[in-house]
Amino acid sequence: MLTIKNLHASIEGTPILRGINLEVKAGEVHAIMGPNGSGKSTLASVLAGREEYEVTEGEVIFQGKDLLEMAPEDRAREGVFLAFQYPVEIPGVSSTNFLRTALNQVREYRGQEPLDAVKFLSLMKEKMKLVEIDQKLLSRSLNEGFSGGEKKRNEIFQMAMLEPTLSILDETDSGLDIDALRIVSNGVNQLKSDKNATIVVTHYQRLLDYIVPDYVHVLYKGRIVKSGTKELALELEEKGYDWIKEEVDSAAV
Amino acid sequence: MNTLTTQDTFDVLLESAPQNFSVLRAAGKELYQAAGLPAAKAEEYKFTAITKKLEKSISDFRAAAPISISQNQITESTFKGFDGYILVFSNGKFLPELSSQIEGVQVGSLEENNEGIGTIAKAEKDAFAALNQATFSGGISITVPKKIQVDKPILLLSFNQSNEGQVITPRFWIEVGDFAEVTFIDQSVGLGDSSYFINKVVEAKGGINSQINYYRLQHEGDQVIEVSNIETDVQADARFTSVNISLSGDMVRNNLSLNLLGSNCEGNMYGIYLLNGKTHVDNHTNVDHTIPHAESNELYKGIFDGQSRGVFNGKIFVRQDAQKTNAFQQNNNVLLSQDAIVNTKPQLEIWADDVKCSHGCTVGQLDEEALFYLQARGIDKTLAKGLLLYAFVGEVLEKIEDESFKNHVVGLITNRLGSKF
Ligand SMILES: Nc1ncnc2c1ncn2[C@@H]1O[C@H](COP(=O)(O)OP(=O)(O)O)[C@@H](O)[C@H]1O
Ligand SMILES: [Mg+2]
Repeated sequence: MLTIKNLHASIEGTPILRGINLEVKAGEVHAIMGPNGSGKSTLASVLAGREEYEVTEGEVIFQGKDLLEMAPEDRAREGVFLAFQYPVEIPGVSSTNFLRTALNQVREYRGQEPLDAVKFLSLMKEKMKLVEIDQKLLSRSLNEGFSGGEKKRNEIFQMAMLEPTLSILDETDSGLDIDALRIVSNGVNQLKSDKNATIVVTHYQRLLDYIVPDYVHVLYKGRIVKSGTKELALELEEKGYDWIKEEVDSAAV
Repeated sequence: MNTLTTQDTFDVLLESAPQNFSVLRAAGKELYQAAGLPAAKAEEYKFTAITKKLEKSISDFRAAAPISISQNQITESTFKGFDGYILVFSNGKFLPELSSQIEGVQVGSLEENNEGIGTIAKAEKDAFAALNQATFSGGISITVPKKIQVDKPILLLSFNQSNEGQVITPRFWIEVGDFAEVTFIDQSVGLGDSSYFINKVVEAKGGINSQINYYRLQHEGDQVIEVSNIETDVQADARFTSVNISLSGDMVRNNLSLNLLGSNCEGNMYGIYLLNGKTHVDNHTNVDHTIPHAESNELYKGIFDGQSRGVFNGKIFVRQDAQKTNAFQQNNNVLLSQDAIVNTKPQLEIWADDVKCSHGCTVGQLDEEALFYLQARGIDKTLAKGLLLYAFVGEVLEKIEDESFKNHVVGLITNRLGSKF
């Protein structure tokens, strides 16, 4: 589904990603872990098409198409979804209007009829249950005044509405208490199928108790320096990142 | 005292002014001649070189003669869903035969009665107000008697076109009695391609506990150069709300002045600039808190594309007696192009000590983070921009209480922004 080859990206001339290779197949869950500042959000942003990042080398193929060639909106329409680490507050844009616009733009791209208000609302109701999001939140402006946890929940709610093929969850667990974590993970798990894939970005193992990964990768200084199965996450939980840093840094000398 | 400018620019207009109200006109002429047109560096017109613009773009400084207007034109110019009364003007001249009768409201041409004229928008304050007082013709007087709540909005529909002369001098006198309520929608339609200059004065006198909404849509072609002076006296417990929407024009200067004269009254000044091309719009507002316990609210939002230019100057004057004043002012602007310019300036003069007063001006670009967020959900970039910009001005649109007018303005704005959704 997704093939990342030797991906290099920089911001304002500073290299952040320095040769990422990753293969994600349908049905899989990949976890990307790593200390703060290692480039996890950068990778997620580059995949979603954030313009500040300049890809200097490498390629990303998504379902046979060159992802890096596409505008952010086309990536979303093709089925890429980024749950933001810091969802943006947009005063004056109602959550409902926003979602309906987004959904219908995606549907139009896929050659589907737009949803009318009634169908849209019933779909919304159905998906709201999945993440137990309060109707009141959705009658407000998009993310405006939402708590950290509410914003994260809203991200997963949007994901449920848009039914992406590849979901990238950037630190979706941060700011969630244990109940919210369970609810959000539940939502993600229910959306999982053998046709879609999930990349979970986190620097805590905690989330991976709920969303169980098939593979775990450690990102450090812009490279994937270690890959393994979910046991790797447990090892990281126990020993921290220092041993990996040491391994990498000493090898580099 | 003369200034750098040619004082005789408007001589032909002054010489051919109507003969009625000679004392009033003579006073206006004298004040106009004493002040002269704003010089290049005149503080009040610093960013709006109106004199230069007039000299460059207007060649015939005679009054534009009224043009004939058909019922059809009126129907076509009335926006969809409008349900109200229509008063029609041709180059500033009121056309009673094409206008609605408004039950309980007295409407007359200013040719007959000049009572009150110049007592609110005083000629000594502004050269253009003085010039208007000397030269206006065929204005209107609208009186809403005590306790009358006009059931539907009154559309002041002006047709403007250069015709022989290029100067149009409308004058509205509005008097709203105690406990009376009325909503005006002031809208102009530009005809023809030649430039014309509108020098307009609107005076509104509200009684105690009266409510006046004055909505204005500036959406003529780029042939219009305009200076308007709108001024109102607001008495105790009364409310005056202005919403000014500027969408096009060549050079437009709006002077809006609210005199808060009675306690517990409220003055509201709201506005949107949505400009492109070379349009230049300057909103100069002034609220004068003369008494304790009054409130003023001001919110102007601007979006500037192309080589457009915006000026905002918001003066809040709180006199020493005006304790317990609440005065809020905000002006936020978004520049969409490198070549657009906005100058914004709050001007606060506060002589009372127990007041709540806040103000803020911002000039920025479109929020890239927000734009990316919307795109990342599959929304086309142009549409996403439109949604954000619409959201930006939405707060002002909410101030329009008349649904049909609001819908009309929303339609014009979403169309312009490409944000139909
Ligand atoms: N907009 C930016 N400008 C400059 N540096 C940035 C920017 N965004 C990220 N970085 C830098 O890139 C590196 C990786 O950041 P990020 O991808 O956010 O890491 P992570 O998500 O793994 O914590 C950090 O050193 C960070 O300071
Ligand atoms: Mg991060």
